[in-house]
Amino acid sequence: MSGVEGYMYPNEITLNWSVLIVLYPYITGLVAGAFILASLVRIFNVKAVAPTYRLALLTALSFLLVAPLPLQLHLGHPLRSPEMYFTPHSTSAMAMFGFVYLWYLMAVLVFEIWLDYRSDIVHLSQTSTGWKRTLYRAMTLGSDNISPRSLAIDHKVGWIVTLVGIPSAFILHGYVGFIFGSLKANPWWNSPLMPVVFLFSAMVSGIAAVLLLYMGISKLRKTPVDMPCVDTIAMYLFYIFILDFSLEMLDLVHRVYEADESFRTLNFMVHTKLYFSQIVLQICLGTLVPIFLLAITQVKKLPELVRRRIYIVSGFLVQLGVFAMRWNVVIGGQLFSKSFLGYTTYKMSLVTKEGLFAAIALTVLPLVILWILVKLLPPWDKEAQASIPAATAAN
Amino acid sequence: MSIPKDARHLFRFAILFVIAFVVFLVIRHFVVPKTFGEYGHYRGAAITEIAARPMHFAGHQKCETCHVDIGEAKKAGKHENVSCEACHGPLAQHADDPSIQPTKINTTEVCIRCHADSAAKPGVFPQIDPVQHSGGVPCETCHQPHNGL
Ligand code: HEC
Ligand code: HEC
Ligand code: HEC
Ligand code: HEC
Repeated sequence: MSGVEGYMYPNEITLNWSVLIVLYPYITGLVAGAFILASLVRIFNVKAVAPTYRLALLTALSFLLVAPLPLQLHLGHPLRSPEMYFTPHSTSAMAMFGFVYLWYLMAVLVFEIWLDYRSDIVHLSQTSTGWKRTLYRAMTLGSDNISPRSLAIDHKVGWIVTLVGIPSAFILHGYVGFIFGSLKANPWWNSPLMPVVFLFSAMVSGIAAVLLLYMGISKLRKTPVDMPCVDTIAMYLFYIFILDFSLEMLDLVHRVYEADESFRTLNFMVHTKLYFSQIVLQICLGTLVPIFLLAITQVKKLPELVRRRIYIVSGFLVQLGVFAMRWNVVIGGQLFSKSFLGYTTYKMSLVTKEGLFAAIALTVLPLVILWILVKLLPPWDKEAQASIPAATAAN
Repeated sequence: MSIPKDARHLFRFAILFVIAFVVFLVIRHFVVPKTFGEYGHYRGAAITEIAARPMHFAGHQKCETCHVDIGEAKKAGKHENVSCEACHGPLAQHADDPSIQPTKINTTEVCIRCHADSAAKPGVFPQIDPVQHSGGVPCETCHQPHNGL
């Protein structure tokens, strides 16, 4: 049989979870990470990163909107998916997750964005014309009260929403790791560390994504990059990255030390089929190199231009590394037989429902949504940007 | 207690939520089948609906009441425990009314469903590689299906 070595059970020969299932945790991870960055401003009062606050929220929203699509494409039958909400099964983690998703989307993200943008929306509904005016009018929900007191109330409520949002974001992404980690039949996945590792890598990828988007957008708009802001983001990125890396290594060391019955098989995979994606992409290029680069910026005073370049390079490497990590988990976990005596191969298709093109389209789609959102709700309103630190100070 | 004027817009948002929730409940009321959850996490009515479906399989005992000879022949062979309809397909209609002629079976497809080589089958089970073994010649040219030889 092609692509199969050794002994496989028949149901293991073709991989059922394709590249789209790799994309799904990657995208939800970006959502969680971007939100955590936004919460730095709101909850942890890190004023330096305020210029990215709104962008981070919009990024989280646009990726969250796309997050279920890979699953829909993978499962087919999109009309059946509402059943999950209508007749949820309480013992199904996936069904419960549907509610976490809705909660996070509506009660956290949309609500927080609405609160934060309310004064802008009211302002826009008065200055714009045509269909835009109607749209903004609808978004105001018929209230144009932007008195300082109402904005102060908004700010308090927004703080609570963010506070609730942090555990929500953790659950949102922790769940994805939970699904894998709780699969006791698969030794590659079955680990209580899985949700934690997923979460930290999510923060890393999300923060790096907002960093890249912020610098990219600044370039497009020909506005100067706020250096203290990107420096602070890079600093947080670095520290969280260190945590993430330690956790991943902890997981690895634990597996090596425990060396249970699956170890020889997994070890063999890491040295053969997964060598490139795990050792080269995930660990070396995607983790060690960016950590090293970011470490340089922390210990040495470098000129602005060099720092910016380092951030861009490490930002992209981080995306690569985190995507490779999702790939190694999802695809890697399906490459070996439960008999530990055989291996199969994943061959990605190109133009099918779950092929490469579908995956690329789903990666670009959130950026398109983000572009529309940014057009509708410009995150860089001068006075609004000034108002965040001011309001935070008033908190 | 009156809602402070400056917090009213928040209630508008809350009302939006309430409306969405009510719409959800209304839709749910209409799309969830009435008997859902009667016995468990499924439609209670499914049991009677499925029971009411026409029978497709008659069972080998019924076949053997008329095709006595084949029943006897089969008992003597290796296919003793393979049911008639495993090869012939569902024939309940024929069993009720023998004037309905069963279609001839294509042995090049039917037999390899069970006998094609697979690493997952126990080694003692007779398996062949259809291409090497017969190369498209119908199996019954050499084997007697009812005797399994
Ligand atoms: C009520 C008696 C009866 C029952 C029960 C019955 N059959 Fe028949 N079957 C017949 C008769 C009569 C014929 C036609 C014989 C003929 O034309 O030579 C026939 C013909 C067939 C034929 C086609 C023979 C040919 O020459 O092509 C097959 C195959 C067959 N039966 C299989 C079955 C199977 C399998 C069952 C059990 C699901 C079954 N029969 C149940 C009476 C019965
Ligand atoms: C291993 C598969 C297999 C099983 C089990 C099997 N048959 Fe057949 N049967 C065949 C094949 C193959 C033929 C020849 C092709 C055809 O006529 O469709 C056949 C032919 C027949 C015929 C046509 C007359 C004949 O003798 O050639 C009848 C009647 C029949 N089977 C009845 C039965 C009954 C009754 C049983 C259960 C007791 C049964 N078969 C079990 C495969 C099977
Ligand atoms: C539903 C599954 C099934 C189908 C379909 C089936 N068989 Fe069998 N076959 C068996 C079983 C079970 C045995 C008995 C194996 C054993 O001895 O353990 C058997 C045994 C045999 C044997 C005897 C092998 C030996 O070791 O001597 C032959 C030959 C055979 N089948 C041929 C056929 C042919 C030809 C057909 C198609 C008409 C067919 N089988 C269809 C299940 C099937
Ligand atoms: C050209 C004649 C011929 C045809 C056609 C043929 N066989 Fe055979 N088959 C034999 C002979 C002869 C044997 C016994 C010798 C042997 O074991 O190789 C046999 C043996 C078998 C065995 C037992 C193998 C074992 O390991 O015990 C099975 C099962 C079998 N055949 C299935 C099939 C099936 C299924 C088909 C149709 C796809 C088929 N045969 C077609 C001649 C044939």
